[in-house]
Amino acid sequence: MRSNTYTLVFTSIVTVVLGFFLALAADALKEQQELNIENDIKKNILLSLGFKPDEDVIWTASDIQNLFQKNVEGMVIDAQGQKTDLDPKSIDTEKNINHLPIYVKKTGNDVGGYAIPIAGKGLWSTLYGYFAIEPDGKTVKGITFYKHGETPGLGGEIDKEWFQQNFVGKTFVDQQDNLVGIKVLRGKVDMGNPNAVHQVDGISGATITGKGLEKFLLDDLAKYEPFFKQIRNG
Amino acid sequence: MAVLDKKSKLALTDPLMANNPITLQVLGICSALAVTVKMDTAVVMTLAVIVVLSISNTVISLIRNFIPGKVRIIVQLAVIASLVILTDQVLKAYMYDISKQLSVFVGLIITNCIVMGRAEAFAMQNSPGKSFLDGLGNALGYGGILIAVSFFRELFGSGTLYGLQIIPQSFYDAGYENMGLMVLSPGAFIILGLIVWVQRIAADIDEEA
Repeated sequence: MRSNTYTLVFTSIVTVVLGFFLALAADALKEQQELNIENDIKKNILLSLGFKPDEDVIWTASDIQNLFQKNVEGMVIDAQGQKTDLDPKSIDTEKNINHLPIYVKKTGNDVGGYAIPIAGKGLWSTLYGYFAIEPDGKTVKGITFYKHGETPGLGGEIDKEWFQQNFVGKTFVDQQDNLVGIKVLRGKVDMGNPNAVHQVDGISGATITGKGLEKFLLDDLAKYEPFFKQIRNG
Repeated sequence: MAVLDKKSKLALTDPLMANNPITLQVLGICSALAVTVKMDTAVVMTLAVIVVLSISNTVISLIRNFIPGKVRIIVQLAVIASLVILTDQVLKAYMYDISKQLSVFVGLIITNCIVMGRAEAFAMQNSPGKSFLDGLGNALGYGGILIAVSFFRELFGSGTLYGLQIIPQSFYDAGYENMGLMVLSPGAFIILGLIVWVQRIAADIDEEA
């Protein structure tokens, strides 16, 4: 049996050594990790706006930087839908509810679409993504998710192309220009239904993830509604 | 001359089949349920467990004569937890997309009974070389079952393998449907049970003996 002093000294040394290695690794890898996160967000904005890598091509970090810089312009609007001079990078979307970032796809002076951040609860986790809208201010251009903790194969299917493609071309306002959002159904959309244009196919086994998405999408769209109303009214 | 002496070889190969950590010792079941819905997550999880288990066994074996008996479990856990965090950080920096899919599961390696079980049962008594092989063998035995289970679950649950469509569209048009049960945890239990059964018949293992 070893003495208590030995035990204390030994555990202290182990803690310090392990702590040193972890701190070293965390510090050395931090820059790369933050770059990954930033690039991943940019990639998702690009994807939601309809940019797509060619078949069998994977975007490198610099491809993403280039595409983003050339085609996307960030701006911030206030709660009334008016443009401000703020930098979208400086806005923490979870805390700052009066200022809303928008990423605009621009070719010269032509607007090709708007991407807005969306976030909210699914079943297990908070989902984070981007939702892109056509220049008409009411048609869905695309949707992507860059962070979530839903079950792979069930709620995790929100990552998949079939689910995201589902949204493209749907509209989130009705004939009378009221915001109605996009309903995530249980099962498939019946194309004969007059409301089919506001509905998408659900994921089987992931009803709660779908309902969560439906709700926070509507909430987020409501915040941006003043801005998109202006766009729709020219 | 053989590269490895007999005992070392046994440490490496025994856990692959005859003493498999999942099917014979029934350890690490929870993670075997969680990460086997799709093959790609199962493969990366296998790689992560190989790294953590072989290094943790080696490190613990190196310091085994200095670890005070009454705090040995805590020391083992500290080593294992540090390695898991390190693996997670490296994945985040260099394999960001995969680490995103695995985020929760990598952290769960800490609670995988196999890692601590091997530290306590093998690395505390054996040399670093043997402990490394034992760790590698157990990780491979664990990973082999993981990949086998995920093969069946992805094929029958999603109709794909490693993300590639295997079941042709014509089958779906003819009324074939993916088996929802396979995507849920009970599907893994059933597959795992079948694997245990087949393996015991093949290896002629008799519980009563």
